[in-house]
Amino acid sequence: MDYAHSAQELVQLSYLAAAFLFIVGLKRMSSPLTAVSGIRWAGVGMVLATIVTLLYVGLGDNPNVRLNVALIVGAIAAGGVLAWVSGKRVAMTDMPQMIALYNGMGGGAAAAISAVVLYGGTEQSVTHLTIAAVGGFIGSVSFSGSLIAFGKLQGLITKSVRFSGQKLVNLAILLATIGFGIAVVSGYSDGPLAVSLFFGFALLLGIAMTLPIGGADMPVVISLYNALTGLAVGFEGFVLDNAAMIIAGTVVGAAGTLLTQLMAKAMNRSLANVLFANFGESSGGGASTVTGSQKPIEASDAGVMLAFSQKVIVVPGYGMAVAQAQHKVWELCQLLIEHGVQVKFAIHPVAGRMPGHMNVLLAEAGVPYELIADLDEINAEFDTADVALIIGANDVVNPDARTNKASPIYGMPILAADKAKNVIVIKRGQGQGFSGIDNALFVLDNTRMLYGDAQSAVGQLIQAVKAAG
Amino acid sequence: MIDGVIALYIFMLAAFTGYEVISRVPVILHTPLMSGSNFIHGIVLVGAMVALATADSTLVRVIGVIGVFLAAGNAVGGYVATERMLQMFVAAGKKKGKT
Repeated sequence: MDYAHSAQELVQLSYLAAAFLFIVGLKRMSSPLTAVSGIRWAGVGMVLATIVTLLYVGLGDNPNVRLNVALIVGAIAAGGVLAWVSGKRVAMTDMPQMIALYNGMGGGAAAAISAVVLYGGTEQSVTHLTIAAVGGFIGSVSFSGSLIAFGKLQGLITKSVRFSGQKLVNLAILLATIGFGIAVVSGYSDGPLAVSLFFGFALLLGIAMTLPIGGADMPVVISLYNALTGLAVGFEGFVLDNAAMIIAGTVVGAAGTLLTQLMAKAMNRSLANVLFANFGESSGGGASTVTGSQKPIEASDAGVMLAFSQKVIVVPGYGMAVAQAQHKVWELCQLLIEHGVQVKFAIHPVAGRMPGHMNVLLAEAGVPYELIADLDEINAEFDTADVALIIGANDVVNPDARTNKASPIYGMPILAADKAKNVIVIKRGQGQGFSGIDNALFVLDNTRMLYGDAQSAVGQLIQAVKAAG
Repeated sequence: MIDGVIALYIFMLAAFTGYEVISRVPVILHTPLMSGSNFIHGIVLVGAMVALATADSTLVRVIGVIGVFLAAGNAVGGYVATERMLQMFVAAGKKKGKT
């Protein structure tokens, strides 16, 4: 007995160390200079906790311990290798959906722990069962919701399913989940069927909640599910008496909630708006106020314009990320810098697919930090720029957000690209952007449109600048 | 082992910690940070291991294996994704130093 007790204490101490390493790691991740060491500290914590746990359960006196430990090792190897390979291979531009996928797996794992407790029918107090069920509910929603988010960003699901009365259907699913949850926890109907229905409806809710949400709002949703998974892990940690899970899960839950709020705020959307309203619904009235025509420009003319500018501000957006044009863009900018042009990058907080995603892509291409400016720094400088080069960005440069109260994005902070002497917009076609809102910038007198995929259009610009000498 | 009220204290302090640590993060690190926090909730792995270790029926064993598999994917994938992203900032920073 003494031996088991001290082993238990050793496990708890290793969890304490892991929790410490996680928090230090997160802290170090908050500065670009220490960030890599931050994830490594956290990684050490994870390996420590995993090894100690494996040794501890290997010493258990359950008659099936050998089989179970073998299964544990096998499952870790299978999941770990798959994730390792996919994580190493995926392109940087596809990182957001991989985060969604890995996050969904965590939610699913929390739900599985909850399922073991609820199916297992072990003698637990009502409090424990309730917490297990709540964690299982949140984890299930996060699991299926994240998979839908992954499918949408990966392009596997292209439609946003919307129908009238959708909110009522979702409410009904929610109530059904809660109903079966109460039945299971209260012991009124704790058979495997009720437990299965509870998880089934919870999974369905995650799918139904996420399907109507458009691509532009996905980062906020992924961030929300990240926070939810953290919360679910925290709850299951309480059920299992596991302090490392409680601390790590709650830290992530709180941090993720803050991050979600920051993202929603940068997009001028409330979280409720993202989840329960759709961009399409609210934009009907104000969208058609943009009048005027888009004026095209040839790449050769645009190249000359750039080459003979004093100052160019580049505004990269989602289109650049999709076309993976960040290397080409940096090549163009280096060429311009050689011509004596002053080049800066203006990054909107929600440019790309996630806040900071654009910075990751530019860093990948090798753009130095000091050329990259955020919204507040750069907005005063557009007056002095000869050309604002918009590459696949749309809503974040729409002046309607400043002036048109009827516009659904009214009030969103935007980059004042319209203040530049000339604006060149690289865009795939004449259609609307992600949000389906017309952009007043595209029809301004000083705006010229360069149609084409960002990758090839920037390639043509490079040729044109070289030709301009 | 962990008393109810003590658990609530842990919840409260951890929540404040998470909020404070993140609130000082620059926007450029938001995506890597989301990925990093995604890695950290991969600690669910230890819970899934304990749950599978106590399994004594086929049903529970199957759920447990799924749980450990998913948790391992969360932890390993979260780590690889975060490290790759952060590594790029180091590379960009070094280039800056040279020029």
